[in-house]
Amino acid sequence: MNQRSLQYTTGIKDGIPIGLGYFAVSFTFGIMAANTGLTPWQAIVMSLTNLTSAGQFAGLGIIKAGASLGELALAQFVINLRYSLMSCSLSQKLKEDTPFIHRLLIGYGVTDEVFGVSVCKFGKIDPLYCYGLLSAAVPGWTFGTAFGAVSGSLLPDRIISALSVGLYGMFVAIIVPPARDNRTLAWVVAASMILSFLFSWLPWLRMISSGMRLIFLTVVIAGAAAFLFPFPTNEEDCYE
Amino acid sequence: MNDRIYVYILVMAIVTYAIRVLPLTLIRREIKNTWVRSFLFYVPYVTLSVMTFPAILSATRSIWSAAAALAVAVVMAYRGKSLIFVSLTACGVVFLMELVSFTI
Repeated sequence: MNQRSLQYTTGIKDGIPIGLGYFAVSFTFGIMAANTGLTPWQAIVMSLTNLTSAGQFAGLGIIKAGASLGELALAQFVINLRYSLMSCSLSQKLKEDTPFIHRLLIGYGVTDEVFGVSVCKFGKIDPLYCYGLLSAAVPGWTFGTAFGAVSGSLLPDRIISALSVGLYGMFVAIIVPPARDNRTLAWVVAASMILSFLFSWLPWLRMISSGMRLIFLTVVIAGAAAFLFPFPTNEEDCYE
Repeated sequence: MNDRIYVYILVMAIVTYAIRVLPLTLIRREIKNTWVRSFLFYVPYVTLSVMTFPAILSATRSIWSAAAALAVAVVMAYRGKSLIFVSLTACGVVFLMELVSFTI
């Protein structure tokens, strides 16, 4: 096996756990999309073109509310802004002579997990390694969505109800371990949840749409936290 | 309405792709500004926290099953269990609680 195809197969191997995890999570996303009123094809196209859990999930809420495209675009921008940092970091890991077309293709697949695995590899990475990762991750995410969206209508209510917390469960699993090890982050998470609760409960404030609430709270809380507790540089490179 | 949903999906895809691809192609150097780096570090945690709570409480058929699922998920995540394990355990808690409460 030559060096380049070895890069690709190594990528697939490293990507299989990501793909399996994606399948489970996107299954619940598919169910939620169907509940929101999307057809299975719409859910599949969304997963294939967006490849992001938090963004798609927030997108469902915004579509359901019938909000404007501007609000949708702004919400996606804020929620997915973290990818720009990952892309900057990943850019340093690619060989300098990596052709433009490869950069365009790799850009499609920058997710928290793909980034986490790529950036922690030793030395420079080959685009084919990234394609290997994506060959396992993208089908997991897309087929999971398809199965969820199609079988959602066949499953009994109590199963749907149970699976509806699946995505939230994953969010909790992402938030809690770093917050356990970093007290500042724990306070930031607590403040986010309390303010989110107040904004969805207090009169007047609860009239703000869920998309705008998410944008506003994210910018204000993360902005204040960055101002009050600046993060030491070069430490988060392998935080996944 | 159907076409409108595809427009929504298209806008989401374009914004998300632009965020990912622009730094890879244009900004090939590292971001040095501490505030920007810190801000980008905090963003995912704030976003996920705001999205999870209190929305999780109205995701299931009863607020109690959802609250129990949240509590169990926090404990499991605190103990460092994997994403899939935490996620499926939360689903299991809702299923069992609703099995008991809606059957009786």
